Formats: sequence, structure tokens, C-alpha cells
Amino acid sequence: MREPTIFELSSNGRTGVIFPEADVPLAELPEKMLRRDLPLPEISEIDVVRHFTHLSHLNYSIDENIYPLGSCTMKYNPRINEETARMPGFIFSHPMQAIETVQGNLVLMYQLQEWLKAISGFHAITLQPAAGAHGEFTGVLIIRAYHRDRNDLKRTKILIPDSAHGTNPASSSMIGMEVLTVPSDARGNVDLAALKKSCDETTAGLMLTNPNTLGLFDENIQQVIDIVHQAGGLVYGDGANLNALMGIIRPADMGIDLMHFNLHKTFSTPHGGGGPGSGPVGVSEALVDFLPEPVVGVIEEAEEDLPPLYGFIKPAKTIGRMKSFQGHFGVLVRAFTYIMMHGAAGLRNASEMAVLNANYLLARLRNTYKVPYDRICMHEFVAEGRWPDAEGIHALDIAKRLIDYNLHPPTNYFPLIVPEALMIEPTETESKQSLDAFVDIMIKIAGEAHSSPELLKNAPHHAPVKRLDEVKAARDLTLCCGRTE
Amino acid sequence: MNIPKELKYEKTDEWVSVKDKMATVGISDYAQEQLSDIVYVDITLSAGDKVNKGTVIATIESVKAAADVNMPIGGTVVEVNSALSDTPELVNTDPYGAAWMVKVEMDDPQDVKSLMDSAAYEKYCADRTH
Repeated sequence: MREPTIFELSSNGRTGVIFPEADVPLAELPEKMLRRDLPLPEISEIDVVRHFTHLSHLNYSIDENIYPLGSCTMKYNPRINEETARMPGFIFSHPMQAIETVQGNLVLMYQLQEWLKAISGFHAITLQPAAGAHGEFTGVLIIRAYHRDRNDLKRTKILIPDSAHGTNPASSSMIGMEVLTVPSDARGNVDLAALKKSCDETTAGLMLTNPNTLGLFDENIQQVIDIVHQAGGLVYGDGANLNALMGIIRPADMGIDLMHFNLHKTFSTPHGGGGPGSGPVGVSEALVDFLPEPVVGVIEEAEEDLPPLYGFIKPAKTIGRMKSFQGHFGVLVRAFTYIMMHGAAGLRNASEMAVLNANYLLARLRNTYKVPYDRICMHEFVAEGRWPDAEGIHALDIAKRLIDYNLHPPTNYFPLIVPEALMIEPTETESKQSLDAFVDIMIKIAGEAHSSPELLKNAPHHAPVKRLDEVKAARDLTLCCGRTE
Repeated sequence: MNIPKELKYEKTDEWVSVKDKMATVGISDYAQEQLSDIVYVDITLSAGDKVNKGTVIATIESVKAAADVNMPIGGTVVEVNSALSDTPELVNTDPYGAAWMVKVEMDDPQDVKSLMDSAAYEKYCADRTH
């Protein structure tokens, strides 16, 4: 049954709040500031509660079932993260407090910087960026500052593989960099010949996601990085797929110069509809001075019985502040908790399980769904949602049919280099039983695509709303709530 | 799939129609089909602009993806199709006609020789389909 919108539930004159008597003299608003057409819903409190409770029952969440788009949406967020983030010492502190009164918060930030350094091999960390793309933006600003500092002003181009996240070219363009696309080769690696051709004295850097969005570890990673370094460019790592690497390889050891972490992906903090992200950036020794200000550090060494005093340090050639106060502190607490609960061995185990689960799905699905770059994958893989003998069936139809089976669809139509792409990432927390249940339904849908294609083309059949008209929604940008005229 | 014989094609799925020094450029039927329903076309050039092979002419957005349209040849822009910003769906319904994107005066009419003819382009599309 379709839940009406809150505007449809409105009834003239009904009210959910009673204002207290004014304790100040009333004043009339000037006539020209009044508006007569503000169609806000008029609803009683109980009907507001029921409406939003009904809507909450329609939600799909990781608490109910698997997300086959994995950490890109949200991997499982352990409950203890929420417990620590609600500790009174954290929730009742304020960023304007004197540092002596918030040493606990500062120790947490300092320790999180240290742990991220240990996981990545970088020399220093900023915790400020608000999310992954903000981390990229910060990173490209650092790359630009580095070249300018050496008075090397010609470096205005950023190279980006064609498998990259769309945020990479967007972040670079916002800074005024020219973006050059580098193609992938037949095995899904960066095409070395094309990369060589694109590198010259105008190369500021390469933005590289490894493993890439096909879920593949670049087999020539060392050559890729060497080519860019030899041309004088820096290599930026997009850490979106760090979930495959924790405790196994450190990005800095590959030669990556700087990288953002997605705390909200890899380190299990809520995001999307569930909360803000956090995109700390780690840098190599040569880039430490350019980090955003401030970073957390020891400003007075420990003395005999006294612990050290933690405070804020301004890097010598800082690019400036990227975020007010200290970034999304509540997210930092959750990521800190995740790392502390797992320990080094636990993080490695999480990555190994994420990779194992993805390869299990790949092994069970590759005979039913074409996998264009079919080799051992990391934490995810990309299949095609089409068959030569099932005309008119698209990835979108498969995604919509999954909804009928009460499963969230995987990412579709990304990465762009795979036609009708279905990107599947199970994450480390899914059991063999839940993976098998997912595979069984995927295989069943592939059968339906051939035997009764209309079932897919008209899906979803069992959702509160049928297939939405995405074309009309994109072309006809009129949002009109509650206006009945 | 419609691949008119009289046109030339670029690997990135643009078509060119040539008359003397004048060339008209748009995207192919294959390209519009791959993109699916197009909801936004932003032509980033205007008349008088100098363009090279590879210059971005326009950004196209569909419900599935966003893509750049690249210049298959070099020259000077004479006219752009401003109707597409209000009626992007023309790219789906009439890619070789009403949805032309730019007209240019070519620097060197020999440039088109490096492009594919319809037979080569048809094979190129078929290879990518399955």
C-alpha cells in the first residue's frame, strides 16, 4: 500500500503544536514580508508519528539484509561504535573549549592519526576533510601547492584512468586542473603505453584507485607509479577501496604520495542517509608541510608525572583550513573504535574476508553472468547485466527485479567501461549462507530474464511504488509539494 | 542500428557529415542507444571558437551516465545547435538529423580521411556489443 505524502495527510486547521503564551510584546510583521501561499501540512502529532513510522517500515537497511553494493553504501557498522560516540565526554564537549579541557578528544584524534599512518605507511595525516571527494579536493590542492612551492608552474594536468570514480575528475576540475583520461588495457590495468604518452612536464599527478573500480589490483602498479614519478608528477591514491588492503599492503609502500581514507566506508561509520562521512588525507614526508591546518600534535612534552599536552599545530606551508573546527568528530570516534576493537590482525582479517567473499560470489556467478575482466578479484567485481539471447534485458531490469526479492540492488551502470555494469561487493561480514541466498536469487533472475522477460521489464511488482520514471524526473525538474491548484 | 553510409565516424562515436569545407558533427545512433534516455545536453562551444581534433564539444547526461562529445576534426565553429538544451531527447529520436551539435569550417578537409567509413564503424560497434 502506498503511504500518502505528508501533504496529502494535511487537513485545514489541524495542529500538532500549541505555542506557549508569548513572554515578549507581540509585533506585526511588515506587510511586504508576509506571504500567503505557504502550503505547509497541517497535521496532529500522532499522525506525524504514524506517517514517519510507516515510512521507516519501508526502509531497507543493513540491519535487515545484505547490501550487494558493499562499503560504497555502508558496510556493517558495529553497535559499539554508537556506544562510544554517545559517551558523555564526547557529546558534551565543544570545539571552542580550551584545549586543556578536551585532552581526551585530542588524544583520540592524535591516536587515530597514528593508526591511519600505521595502516597506510604515510608520514602525516589530516583528519579535516568531510568526505571522500573533499579528501580528493584537499589532495589535489596539496599537489598544486607542492609544484608551486618548487616554482614548477607548468604542471596543470591531472591524469585519471577511465575506470575512476567520477569524483576524481570533478575534484580536479574544481581546482582548475585539466583532466586527461587514461584508458584501461584488456586486463583492466592502466594502459602503460597510453600513460607514458600522456606524461610530460605538464603532468601534476595521477589519481589512482587501487584496487580499481573493477575490483582489480593493478598488476603493473610499480610501473604505473614509476612512469608518473619519472615525469615529475605525484601519485594520488583514491582510498575508496582500501577495504581490500588493510594490513596486507601499505599504499605508501607502493610509492603513492598521498591518499584519502573513507572512514565512512573502510572504518565502518554511517553515511549516505545515515550521517556525514569523513575523508582524512595521508601524505608522504615531502608533503607534510602542505597539510591543512591544524593537525593534532604534542605541543608540550610529558614531564615526570604529567602526561604530554596535546594541541593544534600549523604546518609550515599549509594550504589552509578545509573544514570548520575539527572535521566530523563524531565520525572520528566511530572509526577510532572500529580500529581499536579489531587491532592489526583483525583489520587484516576483515580485508581478507572481504576479498574471499567477493571471490566466492564471482566463482558462483561467472557462469551465469558475463564478467568481462575475469580474474581473481579483490573486494568486488563487475558483471554485465545482459545476455545475447535475452533481448531487451538491461542491468536496470535485473536491479529492479532484485527489489521484488527484498534485496537491495548492487551498483549499476558503473564503472562506465563495462556495458550494463553490475558492481557487486559483499563486504567481510556476510556469512556463506547470506552469500548463497544472494547468488540463488541472482541465478533465478537470470533464468527469468530468458523464460519470462516481462517479469524483469515491469519490475518491481511487490514494492510500495512501481518502476519510477527516471527520465521524466531528470527532464522535468518541477518539484511541487502540496500545491493542488 | 542506423549507420548512414554517407557519414564518417570517430572511435568515440561521433559522426561527421562533410560538404566542401563545412562539416556537421553529432553523436551516432549507437552512442545514443548506449547512453539511453538523454536528459541534458550542454554544448560548451560558441560560433567563432577554434577547435582541434579531441576538443570537447558538449557534455551529455543520460539517466545512466554522463559523457563528453569530442571534436573528430579541427576547424572554426560556425554554428551550434542551441535547440538541444531545451530538447535533449532529440539526440535519442533523431541523432543524425535534428540533433546535430556543431557546424565547423574545417582547417584541413583531408582530416576526415583518418575517420572510419560506415562499414568500418558498423564492425567497430558490433565488436563492442557482445
